[in-house]
Amino acid sequence: MASQPQEIDEFVAQKYEAGFYTDIEQDSVPPGLDPGVIEFISKKKGEPQWMLDWRLKAYERWLKMDEPNWAHVNYAPIDLQAISYFSAPKSQENAPKSLDEVDPELIATYEKLGIPLEEQKMLAGVAVDMVFDSVSVLTTFKEKLAEAGVIFCSFSEAVIEYPELIQQYLGSVVPVTDNYFAALNSAVFTDGSFVFIPKNTRCPMELSTYFRINAMNTGQFERTLIIAESGSHVSYLEGCTAPMRDENQLHAAVVELVALDDAEIKYSTVQNWYPGDENGIGGIYNFVTKRGDCRGKNSKISWTQVETGSAITWKYPSCILKGDNSVGEFYSVALARNLQQADTGTKMVHLGRNTRSTIISKGISADRGQNSYRGLVRIAKGATNARNYTQCDSLLIGDRSGAHTFPYVEVKNSSAQIEHEASTSKISDDQLFYLRQRGIRDEDAINMIVNGFCRDVFKELPMEFAIEAQKLLSISLEGSIG
Amino acid sequence: MLEINNLQVSVENKPILKGLNLSVGPGEVHAIMGPNGSGKSTLAHIVAGRDGYQITGGSVTFNGKDLLELAPEERAGEGVFLAFQYPVEIPGVNNVYMLKAALNGIRQYRGQAELDAVEFLKIVKAKTKAVGIDNSLLNRPVNTGFSGGEKKRNEVFQMSVLEPHLAILDETDSGLDIDALKAVGDGVNQLRDGKRSFIIVTHYQRLLDYIVPDFVHVLSNGQIVRSGDKNLALELEDRGYDWLKDEANVG
Repeated sequence: MASQPQEIDEFVAQKYEAGFYTDIEQDSVPPGLDPGVIEFISKKKGEPQWMLDWRLKAYERWLKMDEPNWAHVNYAPIDLQAISYFSAPKSQENAPKSLDEVDPELIATYEKLGIPLEEQKMLAGVAVDMVFDSVSVLTTFKEKLAEAGVIFCSFSEAVIEYPELIQQYLGSVVPVTDNYFAALNSAVFTDGSFVFIPKNTRCPMELSTYFRINAMNTGQFERTLIIAESGSHVSYLEGCTAPMRDENQLHAAVVELVALDDAEIKYSTVQNWYPGDENGIGGIYNFVTKRGDCRGKNSKISWTQVETGSAITWKYPSCILKGDNSVGEFYSVALARNLQQADTGTKMVHLGRNTRSTIISKGISADRGQNSYRGLVRIAKGATNARNYTQCDSLLIGDRSGAHTFPYVEVKNSSAQIEHEASTSKISDDQLFYLRQRGIRDEDAINMIVNGFCRDVFKELPMEFAIEAQKLLSISLEGSIG
Repeated sequence: MLEINNLQVSVENKPILKGLNLSVGPGEVHAIMGPNGSGKSTLAHIVAGRDGYQITGGSVTFNGKDLLELAPEERAGEGVFLAFQYPVEIPGVNNVYMLKAALNGIRQYRGQAELDAVEFLKIVKAKTKAVGIDNSLLNRPVNTGFSGGEKKRNEVFQMSVLEPHLAILDETDSGLDIDALKAVGDGVNQLRDGKRSFIIVTHYQRLLDYIVPDFVHVLSNGQIVRSGDKNLALELEDRGYDWLKDEANVG
């Protein structure tokens, strides 16, 4: 701790002095972070000692780290001592009693997205004490998954039920020391999802609807771990097109994927958290560490993301291509409008022989939105015959928006083949006039052009998600051309 | 049908059209010819509703409606179609998908029920055959990677699906070889039904060998300086435009 600035030491010590008297029966802790809080979280979840030790170790490491500042984003410093690191599921007392009490604009968005009424209530945080239909749907899912031997449960449950799997794999892809936010997450994560697909098993369903319902309110420090044993296959859908009620400003999730020999993981994300208003007030800071490890031969990990929400997005779903012949893919659509800032991209680290990676990134900037692509392609010495194809396109709407590209390439093996294509375009008056002359209204014309621009990524999404993503994009762009 | 009266248009304060008059009746085919820079394309753009022009005087009415008050998509709804000199590429947007949105946009404007995919594809199939467009172009992104000839044929195909009341062809012949020219001419001739009107904007006479006009107008220096029948086009082919300019200056 010698390298620590003294103030922090004092501060931490001070908190200790004040002591931590919160009763375990209590539902939340006061703002601030210290080992006492971490112990509280761990106890509250009934975790074994090894889990607590792991958290505390992460905390120790985190104390010695600095918040990264290299991303092309601007925000006021976050006071991490002002956050409460544990609160029980939201109190229903202050929740709206019915949809009538919910912001009509939110309801209008749900309707445009075609979300069923019950789900609308849930998303809007309406207090529902009745057991609605989805619970029985859940049970059906669970049975079907259990039949196949697939484990899909909350992270907390997995720590208790499958400790040997968690101990073997947790932090094996994203080490606690990986970065500032990953270290913080490792210390204080509250919940998340755990997926285990046994050998030679094809997960019988897309893990989506279940997730939508199950993983709500998992809090701001979410932890996800997906393990695909050899020869298995899983498609996992995260997030939701509908904007959710959420009071947490900082989200720092960690997602780890492990694919063993011949396994394939497809991970799709639609992220539409509150982006803040048109003056940039409010909005979620989304600082996520997502990484997949193609640990086995012929394994494949594919990330697809549609990022339209959050005030600030800082996210680089990556692939470590360790196994020979393994394949990594990254398909991304990121939208930044109003004062949104997105710094997103991927890392493809080629370690094994004949490893291949594909990166398709589509950035859309409207109003004063700033969109950056940041990508690293690293070919290690032993990665003979590695190949990468990168295509990085930016679309500008209006003349105050910005697009930036930061591609990094490191090649240590001369047999590598790397292609990089990049383009920046504006929705041209010519294109708009052409479509309008044919009889298409201006907003529809813009949507058509934007959706065309994103087509290469949307076609990677599961069908239902792709349609939702298209709708989401047009709703997000409404009124972006004056 | 289309009445243009004393139309005056500037671009960046430079007058381009200086009091243009033109009257197009139902079923008529008018050719607008003239040297480069005479304002031919400006005329086509003004009727279709393109931004970037200052209209300083005059009027354009279409079936009694003031066209200048309408947005481009509303003019399309009224039945105005422009075949572009340079059809625009729209990457990732399927040609047929775009056309369905266009046709339904027009139908919506007219208060007609929208067509579903099955009904629409029936029309597409019939028109594909009639225009002789290559099937493979239908499901490619709009104009993306099309050759010059393919783009122009696609314009004619779109025209045949949208069935406008007035079609304006802006230098559709530019950059076409003789076969493509003939194909475009055939496509247009099929759409002549005695009610639909055409304005053919062209620099050369050659397209008029395939699409025989009822009237030929010569546009020079922002005004129509001479009108006649198809023989005027042949005369221009022989004598060029200069003699008309001289005449206009004298007049």
